[in-house]
Amino acid sequence: MVTEVKNKLNVEVNGIEIGCGTESRVLDAIRAAGFDVPTLCYDERIGPQGTCRMCLVDVEVDGQKQQVAACTAFSSEAMKVETHSDSITEYRKTILELLLSETASPANCPKCLSFKKCELHTAAEEYGAKWDAFPSLVVREKAVDDNPFIQRDYDYCISCFRCTNVCNDWEQAAAITVEGRGQENSIASYFNNKLLDSPCTFCGQCINTCPTGALTDKKITGKTKADNIERTKTVCPYCGVGCGIHLLTEDGKLKGTEPDFSAPSRGSLCVKGQFASWEFVKSEERLKYPLIKENGAFRRASWDEALDLITERFTSFRDEDGPDSLVCWSSARSVTEANYLMQKFARIGIGTNNIDNCSRT
Amino acid sequence: MAVMVGKGAMTNSIEELAGTDLLLVAGSNTTEAHPVISLRMKRAVRNGAKLIVIDPRKTELTKWATRHLRIKIGTDIPLFNALAHVMIKEDLIDRDYVDNRTEGFDELAKHIELYTPDLAAEICGIPAEEIIATAREYAAANGKAAICYTLGITEHSCGSHNVQSVANLGMLGGNFGKPNAGVNPLRGQNNVQGASDSGALPTDLPGYQKIERPGVREKFEKAWNAELPKRRGITKITAMDQMLRGRVKGVYIMGENTVVSDPNTNHAQAALEATEFIVVQDIFMTDTAKLADVVLPAATFAESDGTFANSERRVQRVRPAIKPVGESRTDVNILLDLMARFNIDQNLQSASDAWDEMRQLSPLFGGISYERLDNEGGIQWPCPTEDHPGTQYLHKDEMDSGLPGYFAPVDHIPPAEQTDSEYPLVLTTGRRRSTYHTGTQTGRASGFELLVPSELAEINSYDAEQLELKDGQTVTVSSRRGSVEVPIKITDRSPHGTIFMSFAFPELTQTNRLTSDAYDFITETPEFKACAVRIDKIESSTTAT
Ligand code: SF4
Ligand code: SF4
Ligand code: FES
Repeated sequence: MVTEVKNKLNVEVNGIEIGCGTESRVLDAIRAAGFDVPTLCYDERIGPQGTCRMCLVDVEVDGQKQQVAACTAFSSEAMKVETHSDSITEYRKTILELLLSETASPANCPKCLSFKKCELHTAAEEYGAKWDAFPSLVVREKAVDDNPFIQRDYDYCISCFRCTNVCNDWEQAAAITVEGRGQENSIASYFNNKLLDSPCTFCGQCINTCPTGALTDKKITGKTKADNIERTKTVCPYCGVGCGIHLLTEDGKLKGTEPDFSAPSRGSLCVKGQFASWEFVKSEERLKYPLIKENGAFRRASWDEALDLITERFTSFRDEDGPDSLVCWSSARSVTEANYLMQKFARIGIGTNNIDNCSRT
Repeated sequence: MAVMVGKGAMTNSIEELAGTDLLLVAGSNTTEAHPVISLRMKRAVRNGAKLIVIDPRKTELTKWATRHLRIKIGTDIPLFNALAHVMIKEDLIDRDYVDNRTEGFDELAKHIELYTPDLAAEICGIPAEEIIATAREYAAANGKAAICYTLGITEHSCGSHNVQSVANLGMLGGNFGKPNAGVNPLRGQNNVQGASDSGALPTDLPGYQKIERPGVREKFEKAWNAELPKRRGITKITAMDQMLRGRVKGVYIMGENTVVSDPNTNHAQAALEATEFIVVQDIFMTDTAKLADVVLPAATFAESDGTFANSERRVQRVRPAIKPVGESRTDVNILLDLMARFNIDQNLQSASDAWDEMRQLSPLFGGISYERLDNEGGIQWPCPTEDHPGTQYLHKDEMDSGLPGYFAPVDHIPPAEQTDSEYPLVLTTGRRRSTYHTGTQTGRASGFELLVPSELAEINSYDAEQLELKDGQTVTVSSRRGSVEVPIKITDRSPHGTIFMSFAFPELTQTNRLTSDAYDFITETPEFKACAVRIDKIESSTTAT
């Protein structure tokens, strides 16, 4: 939502003064001041759940000290926040070690290996939490689901429920739910647990909010090395919503996409943006060199040859039959700049206003 | 839309839809065509907004609707006129707005006197009480009611009249120039907006500056240091007619699968075949490219630099992630090379140079620099200067054109092609979420075949029973122009007498071989949505596919 930020409250975070809005949470103040705490159960688009307790911080208001979950608690005037006291740091480490004991080895995490360091293992590293500090409780099994897009690996699920919340409250698909209790629980889809038979739209929002390797993009998982991946901020090529995406590349080759959470679309994508916005680029069927038709068949040509031929034919039509005997159609898929050049070419290169695009279709 | 209140763009922003009190969604299968916009609509409903969907079919969105008006295809105008009728009769209009910001109210009031709810009920197949209730609800959400529409409403042969009747309603309700309101066409392809913004239109130079308006041509002549043609150009549809008459010698087609995506494929194909010299610049060997004399390999968005403008007028940066494959080149580079061969005197080297030239010549985008886009993210036009923040919603203090909003009385024009005993069914076409336009892109992404395995014709159970058809059976669907073979799916998503097909799998069935070549006489929008067809069984073929 486009909301006006009124800087009304003065909050101090780790000794740094920061102004923030009256409605803002302690977490907002912390981030505005340039600090951060792990937020394993939090997705700003659906609001706080306050269940993982990783974001616990020390606050002092009117001389009263207490500990609050930064994602749920609101900021207040003259609040003092301390994000990394010794006791809280130690506490976070312990929670992380407990979470790690419920999950499989970080060394095999499908997200960390192929995509980017997941939130759980980033935090574990930061706080020096060890995987084997407590006895392992891994009991869950991999979901058997042959859908081509989403891999579910319950051995990495920490039951933060971000995926089910995003699916219900953001994507509003209600395709997945929590099944079972406690250590035995799992993220399941209705009916036979196959996403293809559920209301799943394959928007991929659950993958992108998941803070661990439990949900990953099958098209990337196991096929890339996270450390080598580069990200290019751009726009989805499909429809007029224009959702922000990052294209992921490795050694100059396209490997996948992820949503751009900083774009106005706030991380939303549909199945096309999430899973189809890059493979066509790599298709073997791409045209790779210019072609000229001779006696009904195409032959390979050089750029100079092809462009010279166009120039020669178009100028002769222009000069003999008049400029209005030629028409140009530009593309609603190409960048605006190419459309601009196309109309300029038609108007002063050929000399006709016979230029149109497919906005009518 | 462009005729009356704007430039064919959304008046308001996508995110604002979540905050409306009422959404009136006309002819827009939003969950499929614009999934991410539909999320904002669903959020509005969850926040307590009313959602009124005007669609002949049951769709994913109608499940969320507080009211579903199952309108007969092609009868939007009588419905909108009747809504206006009720608002005026019951004095539910925003008087202030109408008095101060509009012109032509009296004529409109007189004109639509005729369109009583009873008359509309008869034409549209919607109970009169529903029409009255809709008008009351729309009026009650004064200033916070947004209308959205897509192809459903502009693709009919009376498309631009439909749009005017929608805008009439928007003005009566005082829903212009306010947040969470407006009249919002949802654009189809990713950069339809940008293509029009750039002046790739037969009547407009960049930034919707009319060629025929005094001073405009001179300004561009000076900037481009060349003479500009005076006569307005011809649209794509007119051009195809001219091709058939042998009046077009050459055509340059950039990145559009004209043959498959045009409403009447046979006509489009014949038109191109009658043209002497065809250049196609595309990423794949499309059906259109096959007809070309020269095919130029273009780069995709992932290899290109530039901008796209989305439905809400937001200009956003497109950045190359990889180098163009093989010898392919970006559209911008190809055109710069070609322009040099035509001795065009310009000093442009890149997309960024082209953009800068364009924005210097059009105040609408004057303040949108690449630098700002990189630092601030997308910016919505109008944005005349670099210190202007961009425009979240249009017509805030006055109509964007500086003129009052003009009420245009419009009448019902029945769909160009009527059913008869030979062609008794109405075919309507549309998009599905997991396929994109003509399928040249999603068709090449693995896994998508599982989502919509192949083209299907959706038919109502009643009609299927009459024709003695079984689910999955392959039939021949024929129109007055051609026929295709396709398996059927029996579903009550389609009303009686109507079958639905999408146009995304060119290899399998060419839906557009069937659609009518009647077109809107004002904007020439092809009439994809309605044509008369018949269904015939194929002997000895009852196998399910
Ligand atoms: S892909 Fe989208 S719809 Fe499917 S389970 Fe994940 S969030 Fe839900
Ligand atoms: S992700 Fe989906 S909704 Fe968003 S721009 Fe792409 S196609 Fe449109
Ligand atoms: S992020 Fe605050 S409790 Fe989980």
